[in-house]
Amino acid sequence: MGMAGSFTHEYIQGPPPPPIEGGWGDDGGGNDGRGSSRRASFTGLWVLLAASTMLFAAFTSAMVVRRGLSDDWASTPKPPILFVNTAVLLLSSAALDMARRALKAGARERFNTWWTTGTVLGFLFLGGQTLAWLQLKDAGVFISTNPSSSFFYVLTAAHAFHLLGGVSALLYVDVQALRLRLGPAKRTAIDVSAIFWHFLDGLWLYLMVLFYVWG
Amino acid sequence: MSAPAHASAHHAPSGFWRKYIFSLDHKVIGIQYYFLGLFSVFLGMSLSLLMRFHMVNPEAKVSWFAKLWPTAAAGGLMSPELYLSLMTMHGTIMVFFVLTTVPQSGFGNYFLPIQIGAEDMAFPVLNMMSFWTTFLALVVMVAAFFVQGGAPLSGWTAYPPLSGAGRITGPGEGMGQTLWILSIAIFCGASLMGAINFIATTVDLRCKGMKLMRMPLTCWTWLVTAILGLLGFAVLLAAGVLLILDRVAGSSFFLPSGLFISDQIIANHKGGSPLLWQHLFWFFGHPEVYIAILPGMGVTSHLLATFARKPVFGYKAMVYAVLAIGFLGFLVWGHHMFMSGMNPYSAMAFSVLTMCIGVPSAIKTFNWIGTLWGGKIHFTTSMMFALGFVSLFVTGGLSGIFLGQPALDLYFHDTYFVVGHFHMIMGVAAIFGMFAGTFYWFPKMFGRMMNETLGKIHFYLTFLGVYGIFTPMHYVGLVGNPRRYSDFSNVEYLAGVIPVHQFMTYCAYFTAAAQIIFVINLFWSIRKGPKAPVNPWNATSLEWTVPSPPPFDNFAGVHPVVNHGPYEYSIPGAERDFIMQTDPPSAVPAEG
Repeated sequence: MGMAGSFTHEYIQGPPPPPIEGGWGDDGGGNDGRGSSRRASFTGLWVLLAASTMLFAAFTSAMVVRRGLSDDWASTPKPPILFVNTAVLLLSSAALDMARRALKAGARERFNTWWTTGTVLGFLFLGGQTLAWLQLKDAGVFISTNPSSSFFYVLTAAHAFHLLGGVSALLYVDVQALRLRLGPAKRTAIDVSAIFWHFLDGLWLYLMVLFYVWG
Repeated sequence: MSAPAHASAHHAPSGFWRKYIFSLDHKVIGIQYYFLGLFSVFLGMSLSLLMRFHMVNPEAKVSWFAKLWPTAAAGGLMSPELYLSLMTMHGTIMVFFVLTTVPQSGFGNYFLPIQIGAEDMAFPVLNMMSFWTTFLALVVMVAAFFVQGGAPLSGWTAYPPLSGAGRITGPGEGMGQTLWILSIAIFCGASLMGAINFIATTVDLRCKGMKLMRMPLTCWTWLVTAILGLLGFAVLLAAGVLLILDRVAGSSFFLPSGLFISDQIIANHKGGSPLLWQHLFWFFGHPEVYIAILPGMGVTSHLLATFARKPVFGYKAMVYAVLAIGFLGFLVWGHHMFMSGMNPYSAMAFSVLTMCIGVPSAIKTFNWIGTLWGGKIHFTTSMMFALGFVSLFVTGGLSGIFLGQPALDLYFHDTYFVVGHFHMIMGVAAIFGMFAGTFYWFPKMFGRMMNETLGKIHFYLTFLGVYGIFTPMHYVGLVGNPRRYSDFSNVEYLAGVIPVHQFMTYCAYFTAAAQIIFVINLFWSIRKGPKAPVNPWNATSLEWTVPSPPPFDNFAGVHPVVNHGPYEYSIPGAERDFIMQTDPPSAVPAEG
């Protein structure tokens, strides 16, 4: 055990170790240790998206089965504001991508403008969804009204719940950006939150199709 | 090396709260999970003892029952509803807070990062949140005992309409059932966080040289278990959300029309499908069985090689078998529903796929025996428990082949045959995996050795005890004894099996008493056990290269480099009978 002697509970302060390329168990390098490295953050993101996909796949299969099973399914009137909300969400995704392009070009100011726009649009979407629910409520459509409305509320709420996480991430990046604290380490947060947002965007388009075709 | 080449900038936190309670250190979190599981397993076991007591003393009036449950056990006599609530909570606590928690989140948290040469999990904050979310889920679950009506009655599978129609279906079906679903939903969230961490850590934080096919089999099983948890718990979460809405928001996902419960027509629900719940639940529920057992398989493979001083027989076959079990686990949920009126062709498909799982399972068993074959076996306590795991896995697996056939399941369904089967393979086998892991890794976790003599006494008593409890259940099931009933004393065709029930109850008392030895050994050894060396078992994986217990960042700032596979034991011509994964490449003598 030649190595055992080198382990000690006393840590020597010093600059953090230089980043080492490689890892993945290859012969070229190793990992740079504790904490979320950029690569692990992306893996975590893809894994999270897989879990969210499973969640919505389960809701969808429940919806298809429930719809086919009984004759009590009556289509829920969809508030037209949903189309406005869809446009807002798509625009917010586009804004985030403009922001990332600006950052790649080194234009910090432009990044801040676009990212803030994307974040604001994100909150606007959530507001729009709330309006849609209120309109349904005023029309007397509640969660227990019909299986169709039950699924409409469940799916939009589950999506909104994901979105709350998403806008929190966007807001975090935005605050960091506006306080000029956007070091290279924050690039991971930018990319991860933007990709997550695009996923929620795609998910929403899927839900719209689901509502209008089967809902 | 006198000082690490790159000194680490990471320090252990010094305050009590950050060090022991809201710790970000995967090792502390692993121990937190372990003790959460230890509390849960004794709680769950106590409930089972009450059930076994009642089954053979259905008329007994116990004064402290009346004190604990003034309505459910009025006059000290346990009501059938109370029995059902004990059964529900026993199953739920054991499945979620013991079998899911300890092998994966407990041992996995502690040893996955060390075994792959990482300083911590990929997301330490997420890791901490995952534990405290699990803790919250346990608090909410236990709270179900203390609300009006008591704990729920619908079993760990919570089938609607019983679980969905509310208070009218029974005393525990009010607030108790709502808390149950809430707790499970919280638990799903915690498990998803854990799964994300496990997968990202395994994929991205392996040290230099730690190729996938150099990972100890424990890491492979933790990875596959995390994938199962990720896909399974997401679906259970969806099902739980729908069920809770049926209860509190008046929707009808699972509740059909025309329900007639307790002399009342349930008019406010219509059109839902109880079978929809069963599909969603078992899509999670079957992989859950593998979530419970796979880490035990990993530990067993790891230990058999270590203590037979031989490489794992067919390492790659073991890896592919674990992957195959994980994959097939998602295709067989229907075999829990043969009796639900499913199309016989569907049942046949589910049955064939179920039989297919026998193939990777047999590969694993064959390779375990191959690993032992001709080895110099060291019968340590942890090795005995690993051998016990193999025994229980085979016993429990064989009865699964019976249950997997629709024609036979027609008869066996909801009898004690099923109870005997799943306790053997999912309950006791997994618990033996935990015992094996405890005795094996205790020196690393607590820096002291456990007592081997007490350990072996505990092993023999437990091994005899569990076979004494669960083997007769198969027989009782063959006779046709249904499960979930609290009293068989007036059932004529079961009069002959009452003495068998009495025997099983005595075995349960005996086995429970034997666990006191374990608890004494555990806590005595934590304080007074002899100091553990760095590598007490002459094992090869990375956790045995660092001090016991390991420093805060595991490798004290050094980046380990791996040059060998995990099971290089008794290599001809080598200096010692084991080659550590970090030994230089020259440790293996060149051929020729």
